[in-house]
Amino acid sequence: MILMATIQDIEIPDSAARSAQAADELQDAVDEKMVLNMGPSHPATHGVLRILLELDGEVITKADPDVGYLHRGDEKIAENMTYTQFIPYTDRLDYLAPLANNVAYALAVEKALGIEKNLPPRCQYIRVMVAELARISAHLLGLGAFAMDVGAVTVFLLTFTEREKIYNLAEAISGARFTTSYTRIGGVMHDTPPDWCANVEKFLEEFSGALKEVETLLTRNRIWVDRLRDLGVISKQMAIDYGLSGPNLRGSGVEWDLRKNQPYLCYPDLQFDIPIGSTGDCYDRYLVRMEEMRQSVRILGQCLKKIPGGWHNEAKEPVNVPDGKVVLPPKQNVMTKMEELIHQFMLVTEGMNVPPGEVYFGHENPKGELGFYICSKGGGVPYRLKIRSPSFINLSILGELMPGCMISDVPVILGSIDFVMGESDR
Amino acid sequence: MNSLEPARKLKEKFGDLISEPVEFRGEITVKLADAERIVDICTFAKNDLDFNYLVDISSIDNYGDDPRWTVVYELRGLGNGCELRIKTDVSEEKSELPSVIGVWKTANWHEREIYDMMGIRFRSHPDLRRILMWEGYPYFPLRKDFPLAGKPTDLPGVAFAKPAPLEGGPFVTVAGGKSATAREPRIRNPEE
Repeated sequence: MILMATIQDIEIPDSAARSAQAADELQDAVDEKMVLNMGPSHPATHGVLRILLELDGEVITKADPDVGYLHRGDEKIAENMTYTQFIPYTDRLDYLAPLANNVAYALAVEKALGIEKNLPPRCQYIRVMVAELARISAHLLGLGAFAMDVGAVTVFLLTFTEREKIYNLAEAISGARFTTSYTRIGGVMHDTPPDWCANVEKFLEEFSGALKEVETLLTRNRIWVDRLRDLGVISKQMAIDYGLSGPNLRGSGVEWDLRKNQPYLCYPDLQFDIPIGSTGDCYDRYLVRMEEMRQSVRILGQCLKKIPGGWHNEAKEPVNVPDGKVVLPPKQNVMTKMEELIHQFMLVTEGMNVPPGEVYFGHENPKGELGFYICSKGGGVPYRLKIRSPSFINLSILGELMPGCMISDVPVILGSIDFVMGESDR
Repeated sequence: MNSLEPARKLKEKFGDLISEPVEFRGEITVKLADAERIVDICTFAKNDLDFNYLVDISSIDNYGDDPRWTVVYELRGLGNGCELRIKTDVSEEKSELPSVIGVWKTANWHEREIYDMMGIRFRSHPDLRRILMWEGYPYFPLRKDFPLAGKPTDLPGVAFAKPAPLEGGPFVTVAGGKSATAREPRIRNPEE
């Protein structure tokens, strides 16, 4: 006789039922809790996050995230150098998307200078392109590491192959793969190198194929869906109350994207959609990131078509604002002309003169809203520079999100929040 | 909606407590005269003016001036797209103001960070501990009288207080502060 195995459907209770069940189980158990110290060097904490978990069996009853292991005092450092000198430090904030940080910081200082509307169109397009490449790169890493923590190692290999190509593009345009420091106040380091645009187009083609493959591996994968759905649910209200931003905010169904709501650079000329989630669980945040990558591809495709001056800039479209008091003059002129020599000397020793006042500029970074608050008292050095770091603020919700979850859910929730400690700790 | 409108409404409601709105680079700033009233202002801003999103709280050390601290709140309404900055001064003797954690939960970590970096306390904050530095660290590093690494200091126990290798050298310029002439490397005496 053959024994028939019965096939059972796996039931996924919704989050409310889940919490209630966990609470029920807690009441039965003997009142003995264990404190587990997760991190600061744990593979699932993606850096140096430490979480103090109070456990009852396998159920988390309290979670206390502890940040600051990567604190370098960037805000203090910024007060002691010129605006231009701080650009390399922005690479080290969200070190998975240095190009986007460069763009965010340059735009903040330009806002303080009042020149952000005068940026040449080619510069705006180049900045949008590098920022969107950075977004794809950061989402790819977030997704790869996320999937690996949940057990799908193949995805990690696929996404890192694609990231490698973005690093090559970053290297071609800025000379560095990681610490790009590509933007300058009032422009960019230099124009795109020959063939760069063609390489971007080639990358977009290959990447679209790879993204489809990732999609086949995950989106309807039973294990993936079971582990992500209805886990770590953040309601709309909670997301706003905790000041979440980026895909975490949109995953909860809030339609807010700074590229649409407070448009900067040439984003108003570009067509793209803002994906939002419906329930705010880990699966929604995953879907939002996937769609954002597709939208970034769309934006990049339009940029390639519309970039002023074309791929090789034969028309010699400028990429810097024509202001000698902000942008370094060409070296040739410094050597031969008096005025340019003076500008160069003043910019290097004193920096540009930012008028007294205060501005806040928020940039839609891959992790969320990266904001710079600059308080200037005039001169070339900020009196106070505050970095509004999205990862820091996104992490603050963990204390409320984790209780009621199982300990095996921790890597999933952390992966779906997608933070980077360099930015969180500054 | 123009961001100036809610600032005006705030001024209407609270009168002299709120300064005339100032516009700079398209951003509206109002100053609150009494830091003790910050919770009332924020509650009104959230409930009646739809500022449902707290973007950021920053702090400024006006070293040498009185009052020494300025706390800056960046408010945003996700519904209407308005933004408003509220600033308020806190004196050094007091170094304390009420917490707005009851209005927006995100204030929790912002206020912990300000306490950690500047040493301004937030009354009725449920969990006012250090966040970036470790528990028991004796200084508040973002204060202007705390030295940057590589600058000599009289404060005991500050790490990396030895002069940087080229500090005071003939080819080292000092960014900011002094006039261009005073910072010109050749004019400074390396022995000073």
